[in-house]
Amino acid sequence: MAKKLPKVDVVIVGVGWGGGIIAQELTKQGLTVVGLERGKERKTEDYFMVHDELRYALRYELMQDLSKETITFRSNTRIRALPMRQYGSFLIGTGLGGAGVHWNGQTFRFLPYDFQIRSKTIERYGEKKIPDNMTIQDWGITYDEMEPYYDRFEKLTGISGEENPLGGKRSSPYPTPPMKQTPAMKMFADAATKLKLHPYMMPSANLSQQYTNEDGVSRAACQYCGYCERFGCEYGAKADPVVTVIPVAKKSGKFEIRTHSHVRRILHTGNKATGVLYTDVTTGEEIEQPADIVVLTSYVFNNARLLLLSKLGRPYDPATGKGVIGKNYAYQVIRGGATGFFEEKEFNLYAGAGSLGMTLDDYNGDNFDHSDLKFIHGASISFSQTGQRPVANNPVPKGTPNWGKDFKAASIKYFNRALGVGAQGSSMPFRQHFLDLDPTYRDAFGDPLIRITFDFEEQDRQLAAFTADKCGEILKEMGATQIDVRRELGPYDITPYQSTHNTGGVIMGASPDISAVNNYLQMWDVENLFVIGASAFPHNSGYNPTDTVGALAYRAAEGIAKYAKGSGGLLV
Amino acid sequence: MAQTDERQEQPVSRRKFLKNSGLVLGGLVVGGVAGSLLKTKAPPAPQAAPAAPDFNQALMYFTPEQFRVVEAATERIFPEDEHGPGAKTLGAAYFIDHQLAGDWGFNSREYMQGPFYPGEATQGYQGRLKRREIFDIGIQEMNNYSTAKHQKRFYELEPNQQDGVLKAFESDEVKLTTISASGFFKMLRASTLEGVYADPLYGGNKNMDGWRMKNYPGNQMAYTQVIEQDKFVKMDPVSLRDHQHG
Ligand SMILES: Cc1cc2nc3c(=O)[nH]c(=O)nc-3n(C[C@H](O)[C@H](O)[C@H](O)COP(=O)(O)OP(=O)(O)OC[C@H]3O[C@@H](n4cnc5c(N)ncnc54)[C@H](O)[C@@H]3O)c2cc1C
Ligand code: SF4
Repeated sequence: MAKKLPKVDVVIVGVGWGGGIIAQELTKQGLTVVGLERGKERKTEDYFMVHDELRYALRYELMQDLSKETITFRSNTRIRALPMRQYGSFLIGTGLGGAGVHWNGQTFRFLPYDFQIRSKTIERYGEKKIPDNMTIQDWGITYDEMEPYYDRFEKLTGISGEENPLGGKRSSPYPTPPMKQTPAMKMFADAATKLKLHPYMMPSANLSQQYTNEDGVSRAACQYCGYCERFGCEYGAKADPVVTVIPVAKKSGKFEIRTHSHVRRILHTGNKATGVLYTDVTTGEEIEQPADIVVLTSYVFNNARLLLLSKLGRPYDPATGKGVIGKNYAYQVIRGGATGFFEEKEFNLYAGAGSLGMTLDDYNGDNFDHSDLKFIHGASISFSQTGQRPVANNPVPKGTPNWGKDFKAASIKYFNRALGVGAQGSSMPFRQHFLDLDPTYRDAFGDPLIRITFDFEEQDRQLAAFTADKCGEILKEMGATQIDVRRELGPYDITPYQSTHNTGGVIMGASPDISAVNNYLQMWDVENLFVIGASAFPHNSGYNPTDTVGALAYRAAEGIAKYAKGSGGLLV
Repeated sequence: MAQTDERQEQPVSRRKFLKNSGLVLGGLVVGGVAGSLLKTKAPPAPQAAPAAPDFNQALMYFTPEQFRVVEAATERIFPEDEHGPGAKTLGAAYFIDHQLAGDWGFNSREYMQGPFYPGEATQGYQGRLKRREIFDIGIQEMNNYSTAKHQKRFYELEPNQQDGVLKAFESDEVKLTTISASGFFKMLRASTLEGVYADPLYGGNKNMDGWRMKNYPGNQMAYTQVIEQDKFVKMDPVSLRDHQHG
């Protein structure tokens, strides 16, 4: 029998950005909140030896221990899913702050088009533009309704940026000015402007200057140390839940964090959640935490997995297209980019920051005409200078051998002479892409792993080839002496790193037939259960996800507070 | 090797850096690495001492025979040339030895539960063998192949013969049943580059000379002064040891 603890108002499963924002906002409303986090405690002092490429970037010090839990993957239902035994395609966060500790901080808003993608696509191109199997849908919320929440997340984190000339309307400017501009960024901007494109400074959570937010959290300016993506920030400059929302929530006296607490089931009777069951991984003890409201903030995979394991909601069935839990898993089309080699110029590429760069959206969303193109949506195109580290970066022009004397000479020569222009391509959902429980493989507790069924489609191949060419054109204008353009997307391969931008599985929408949660991220089927994260995205845009995750978390917090104070029922 | 004349930035110690920058640390976030550093005592003044032997250069996992094979192979992957030292001088084989002795060699943070099935290439490694076991087999097979072809062990071959053996592994021309020859080669190549460029604390990249070749300044505290500069800024590298003792 599990030990049963006294009931609290709210229990949160996972304490990353999602969990941290919910905790901060709900404690402000006077609610008592318990945060259960499977990983360990974290603080800035931990990063004394953080400038270590091997330990953090290549041995994944801060990420989930795959020996205990992983995912399984297959490209389609005809083949057997097998476990992701080693890291590759994406990196899963764990511990206090989650992936918010080791993210880059590139903080983009989605486009107005994204939230009404289906109706806007049909309006401009007709229904035929959408392939049969492509299950895009409107989000049940508009950009204008999202705007105030974006604004709050950006003020929380102090985003440094300048207005995107092709983005949605902003109610206020970014809280801090853009980051510093490097010579290579300037070259990108000049080239793009000559090509009549609209470059702007990448919105950054790394902080161009010292910033104090409305909750009294003060953070130092970024030092461009080049150890950002996959690392924790020793200066507290990078916005991270551990240096923003978590201390604020703790200070309220109403937030209790329990680390090493692995949640295994959501408990429920009838249509209501009653709490969660978790294991204290330090003792093995099983503990029941009853709560009036349960909030899942355990990232895309465990949000979906915990619902399926707990038999909550209607599991998605790709054969009939019915059911919603696991539906519309999507990712990102990253590979359609280009690398330029510059014989004459050496750049200080060792210096950089996680979200230092320039971006343009001329080929993103529906900012360009798709009438003659065989895909919808698009990609943001960026040059970013995140800090080139020596083990992982050995750029050599096409045709150079992979090892030996010539490789050595070229990789040394071009280490500071190669610039990548990359596309962050959107990812549309398809009927045959989904998440469910694996029938064979299990985690350290014996629970089934989540199974991904996903592959790239013709839409993605067309998109990648298109954006790769655009990246190549920009590099040409930048004066690169040799340009390698990556037009071929190939099948989805779980081994090379692409991005930790997994989306879908517990999607939002305007009605329960097509979505699992409403626009407050409240489960249609379980009114006191809220599911927060990129799991709510019905498709993925041509940007990084976290601004939208943060904005949705703010909106959900508002909904939860309303629900807690009202007489229950669905908020929409 | 350090081009002192071209150097525009002096490596700064953490303490000096923090004092100079007037760095503001998080209000609610008490302390931080930087804060705690300010309080630590200054290290004793450095004394000129005779060069100590490198106690790190001893084997944790390989047999001397295995070590010879790996050392010779890493040197072909990253050979000494006019740009500077090769993998051998940089200690890459010691790096690999030390890595195999620990977590990485045991795949201890990876999912190693069965059942095991061969999968599609897009599904990644699906074997049951740990890295240290793959190295054991791969090294043995390199010697077997070398002996069959040239009647000598791998490390006794001429450099161009060694390249031939490595190519045969890289292209799966060598047919192995227990492991994938090309998979082993990939691992060997990747860990050689790690041994050349990882922080010297792990036993490779000796004297930070791997970094010097690439004009990589190691792990400095900050680049706020460099980030906007058009001219390439060369610095003498610093390592994690400097972070602790600097
Ligand atoms: C290397 C890297 C770079 C990135 N860069 C960017 C970027 O530049 N811009 C951007 O927008 N996004 C970026 N991302 C993505 C970003 O980090 C995520 O979108 C964001 O952190 C997600 O927040 P979350 O709270 O939803 O999930 P997470 O941060 O993953 O938090 C979930 C938490 O739940 C815990 N948990 C999970 N299951 C359980 C359980 N059963 N019981 C208890 N606890 C559990 C986890 O341990 C974790 O702490 C990056 C990600 C990575 C890995
Ligand atoms: S680049 Fe800036 S934000 Fe990132 S870790 Fe370094 S100092 Fe922190």
